[in-house]
Amino acid sequence: MAQTATHAHPSYMAIFWWLAVLTVLELAVLFTGLPKVVVVILLCSLALAKASLVAMYFMHLRFETRTLGLVALTPLTIGTLLVLLLVWDGNPLGHRSPTAPAVEAPAAQH
Amino acid sequence: MSQVAEMRAGAAVEPAETPLTPESWGKLGMWIFLAGDAVGFGVLLASYGVMRATSFDWPNPYHVLGINLTAFMTFLLICSSVTMVKALESLGAGDRSRAQLFLLLTALGGATFVSLQAYEWTHLIERGMRIGGNPWGATLFGTSFFMVTGFHGLHVTAGVVYLLSVLGAVSRQADVRAKYNMVEITGLYWHFVDLVWIMVFTFMYLI
Repeated sequence: MAQTATHAHPSYMAIFWWLAVLTVLELAVLFTGLPKVVVVILLCSLALAKASLVAMYFMHLRFETRTLGLVALTPLTIGTLLVLLLVWDGNPLGHRSPTAPAVEAPAAQH
Repeated sequence: MSQVAEMRAGAAVEPAETPLTPESWGKLGMWIFLAGDAVGFGVLLASYGVMRATSFDWPNPYHVLGINLTAFMTFLLICSSVTMVKALESLGAGDRSRAQLFLLLTALGGATFVSLQAYEWTHLIERGMRIGGNPWGATLFGTSFFMVTGFHGLHVTAGVVYLLSVLGAVSRQADVRAKYNMVEITGLYWHFVDLVWIMVFTFMYLI
């Protein structure tokens, strides 16, 4: 077996600067005053971009076989399915902590 | 005689190469372990998301937890990932001392991360945050926070021990290039820990 095989690789410092810039962008998004939904979508996209950079270049997935990439993608697929199923199942069960202050009931309509 | 029996008898039978990671079976093993571990983290984060989405009184994590320290911790882990790939690069070039230095820096980055996490936990516990409750709202806020960050912190701690043991192995090996595969597998684990923190930071602190 080729125990000392080395990888072709990109400039690691370039990846580092990309990750640093994306982290700063994440923090900046918090202060833009955009609607919550937009902020959540932007933050999720930035996090996925950072995670992809780490997986593709630091973990060398970009240079591995396609099948290994599918092995790595499996947890993301399972996690996404789990979120969809749980949200679908859990949404009608909105809960409140026993210690939380009570919310006033809306005024009755006459 | 079976292939295994031939190998045991000392016959020159080369073990079959895995088509996915021709470098070694160990690398494939680590990828499979990481895929399983990622499902564990995925379940934790998915559960967190659903608990939060269905709660009426979930506190705003950004206001309760603060992000200055954790933003620095994120930056620290990214830096430690860079030192890890630099260690591998140095090993590929046969430069033992640089590889040792970068491995040590990576372990130090991890140890600092865990120390800062312990500081953050202490601060939050002093403010009343517990696994079973907190002063700001939903009980599960504290439960999920300690569970997810604790599980990740445990991975970082294990990673530091792993890195130090690999550093020892590199130091003892006469031909450092022979340890390239071992360090690459260690790097996979360490980058995974960094990758998971990127998701934890976004979901538990920023959103």
